[in-house]
Amino acid sequence: MRKKILLGIGVMAAIMLAGCGKGSGSGDGALELLNVSYDPTREFYAEYNEMFEEYWKGKGGEELKITQSHGGSGSQARSVIEGNEGDVVTLALAHDITAIERSGLIEGGWIDEFEGSSAPYTSTIVFLVRKGNEKGIEDWDDLVKDGVEVITPNPKTSGGACWNFLAAWAYEQQQNGNDEAATKEFMKKLFQNVLVLDSGARGSTNTFVENKQGDVLIAWENEAYLSMQEYPGEYEMVTPSVSILAQPSVAVVDKNAKKHGTEEAAAAYLEYLYSEEAQRLAGEHYYRPSDEGVLQEFSSQFDLDMNLVTIDDFGGWDEAYETYFEDGAIFDEIYAE
Amino acid sequence: MSKKKQRGYSQDVVGDGINSIQKVMEPPKGRSNRGVKYFLIGVSVLFLFIMLVLPLVVVVTNALRDGWDAYTEAVFDEYTVHALQLTLFATVAAVAVNTVFGVFAAVLLSKFYFPGRQVLATLIDIPFSISPVIAGLVFILTFGNIGWMGDFLYQYDIKIVFAVPGVVLATIFVTFPFVFRELFPVLNAQGKDEEEAAALMGAGAFTIFRRITFPHIRWTLLYGVVLCTARAMGEFGAVSVISGHLRGKTNTLPLHVEILYNEFNTTAAFAVSSILVLLAVVILIVRNLVEWKKK
Amino acid sequence: MEQQIVKVKNKKGVRVIPGFGITMGVTLAMLSCLVLIPLASIIISASKLDFREFVEVVTSRQILSGYAVSLSCAFFAAVVNGIFGMVIAWVLVRYDFPGKRILDGMIELPFALPTAVAGISLTFLYSDQGWIGSLFGKVGIKIAYTRIGITIAMIFVGIPFVVRAVQPVLEKLDRQYEEAAMMLGAGGAYTFFRVILPELLPSLLAGFGLAFARGIGEYGSVVFIAGNIPYKTQIAPLLIMSKLEQYKYSDATAIALVLLLLSFVLMFVINSLQIYMQRFTKA
Repeated sequence: MRKKILLGIGVMAAIMLAGCGKGSGSGDGALELLNVSYDPTREFYAEYNEMFEEYWKGKGGEELKITQSHGGSGSQARSVIEGNEGDVVTLALAHDITAIERSGLIEGGWIDEFEGSSAPYTSTIVFLVRKGNEKGIEDWDDLVKDGVEVITPNPKTSGGACWNFLAAWAYEQQQNGNDEAATKEFMKKLFQNVLVLDSGARGSTNTFVENKQGDVLIAWENEAYLSMQEYPGEYEMVTPSVSILAQPSVAVVDKNAKKHGTEEAAAAYLEYLYSEEAQRLAGEHYYRPSDEGVLQEFSSQFDLDMNLVTIDDFGGWDEAYETYFEDGAIFDEIYAE
Repeated sequence: MSKKKQRGYSQDVVGDGINSIQKVMEPPKGRSNRGVKYFLIGVSVLFLFIMLVLPLVVVVTNALRDGWDAYTEAVFDEYTVHALQLTLFATVAAVAVNTVFGVFAAVLLSKFYFPGRQVLATLIDIPFSISPVIAGLVFILTFGNIGWMGDFLYQYDIKIVFAVPGVVLATIFVTFPFVFRELFPVLNAQGKDEEEAAALMGAGAFTIFRRITFPHIRWTLLYGVVLCTARAMGEFGAVSVISGHLRGKTNTLPLHVEILYNEFNTTAAFAVSSILVLLAVVILIVRNLVEWKKK
Repeated sequence: MEQQIVKVKNKKGVRVIPGFGITMGVTLAMLSCLVLIPLASIIISASKLDFREFVEVVTSRQILSGYAVSLSCAFFAAVVNGIFGMVIAWVLVRYDFPGKRILDGMIELPFALPTAVAGISLTFLYSDQGWIGSLFGKVGIKIAYTRIGITIAMIFVGIPFVVRAVQPVLEKLDRQYEEAAMMLGAGGAYTFFRVILPELLPSLLAGFGLAFARGIGEYGSVVFIAGNIPYKTQIAPLLIMSKLEQYKYSDATAIALVLLLLSFVLMFVINSLQIYMQRFTKA
């Protein structure tokens, strides 16, 4: 009897191994490059990939097949750590890439590998309001008024939302002369006005735009432009007096690229983001080009006089995350009455 | 067994008597019963209309809100077609595995006594009550880079999570008990007298299954397969955690819906959803036919 | 008498039917490979925390409120499904009316519809701009982004469980008893509650338990319709995701483990109740 049990187990194990092995072979001759990115970059990279494939071929490189993956920035970083073998990552904030670095997949010092802290394009945080701006929202202090309903994602589940939080924090600190207790009170009021705290930035935009919830959406500038483009005449953008320079970072995932033999192509893929034509493409997709010359071409599109703080004003991401978003840190305090 | 039959038989005799008496007595009660009947039917129809039909109406009206051309464009998009293929592949694989398992497990638990039967039955039910998020996480913690088999798999370049095998595994996991759950009560109720008789007459295991057990469960099995298919096609949570969202590679239809929705492409998202609704309706029609045949 | 002899034989381990080895082997192998080994990974991961850390994680205020929201909403959803599931099963078994087959065929739709699609559609319906939500909005009741919304999403995913658990039992239920009760002068309601319901209770409970367990774990559909506001509308599975986003795998698996144990205990209690009641009614 025992022998038969063993036999049964053996047969099943064999079937399962055969099943698992099947899916592992990778396709045809073309060199495959996987770009793990976050939600709002899809249209940009769809065009950029074609552009780069042309450029790469012109330089005498091999046939390239670029695959895209999009999702929330944090969960995308996590998927790379867990085994999604991306060759390059283009995420919403450096903090997520640092997490990949800690897992040993990316070598230290990646942030200085490309210009401008490895952020080829930037953005900032603005407000999106409904046509007519009935509640008269002009700046951050309008968001804490009674009866204003705010939509923003949860910084604990959405990396992009950390920028929103920090921008609001920077504004109030400047207003009250760095009185931290008062700023906490301000943030508390702000988040009491939050109607829906979605788990991701795109979720928030959909809640505001599709389900028509709330009076104001705190959003990335490029998201705001995109919504206005999708629904012409329904929304207006409001730029607050103080905001933050949002730097979506890029990096080569060294260990994966080495394994796939794509190191050279991956580095060139990110390097080419800084070329004039790619910078212009970024501008057309409402990202602020890091190239000064190209940025000036878009000066009518972007409000270049905004007072922008940077993450360095918060001591860098590690410190900022620790202070504001860790379990039991300031964001949790705000909700734990 | 024989005792039960005996009871049933004697009751039938009495029952007929009661039925005939009741026929005489029925008319006065008829009116109030009819009121209750229509009330209850009304409640059921209303409940199902609000909870089930309206969400489907939302899907269909939104899918068609930009016109027929936009609809067909979304449905015949290259990535949609690929996602449909992957969904069908994962579904077929999951249903095949779960059918084999369901039959073996149901026969084991209904035809043999052994210590720990209850425990085994409970273990099989686990995937029913587990959160899809956990179901996906479980495989990442096993086969992913951070899992205990991760290093080994990375070394030999075997990809399970964030590749098609992971999607299939997650689908199998969430639909694991379906076929078993359908078969088990039927086999249990059938008892094992017939199998024992056949065995005493010298029939082998396979012959007994083919000639005696299988004919009893034929339609139930098909019913279980249909249910399992429906559930496998629609699985979202677990697959979402494990797929990596690689466009044209590991996106199933439900994931493709989510991605389209997140791309402000709401109409296309609903259009792709409507494919799933259509498939579901087809499957449920098949299920009804099977049920009808069974009776 | 004859039956007893067979039973004694089995107790001693003599099996008449061949094929025990192969069925046992296949069942155990598949169960271990596909369910048990992966599940063990959760325990391995959670055990990276020592006991004190584990307790700290799973009893922090936010997590407890997450359990409370998930459990209470799942409970109400299961109660609603219990009542309506019972009515629907009754209607499907006992009455004939046009369109009955369609009604019957629809019951499993929530299984087949991806939870994300369900969540998006339900939010569309029940937000204060939606078809149903705007009606309730006029009387000042908000559905989407409140616990009511969460409950509705859980009702949606749990519908098939109760109906499909009760239906077959009701079909087999001997009508003689209720007819006898009627004849003895019992009213319709009295007959239902004293004669029919006790017979159905075990299966009703089983369906209730499954719907409850499913609701506790539900994520895909709920996350769209819940406002996800901490301490108010944040469900436990969302907190697992939140821990994962912070790369705290052990914390996430610890919460997952508690959730698993919760639904286990629940299923166990309901199974035991069911067995107890079956004994009671049969005796």
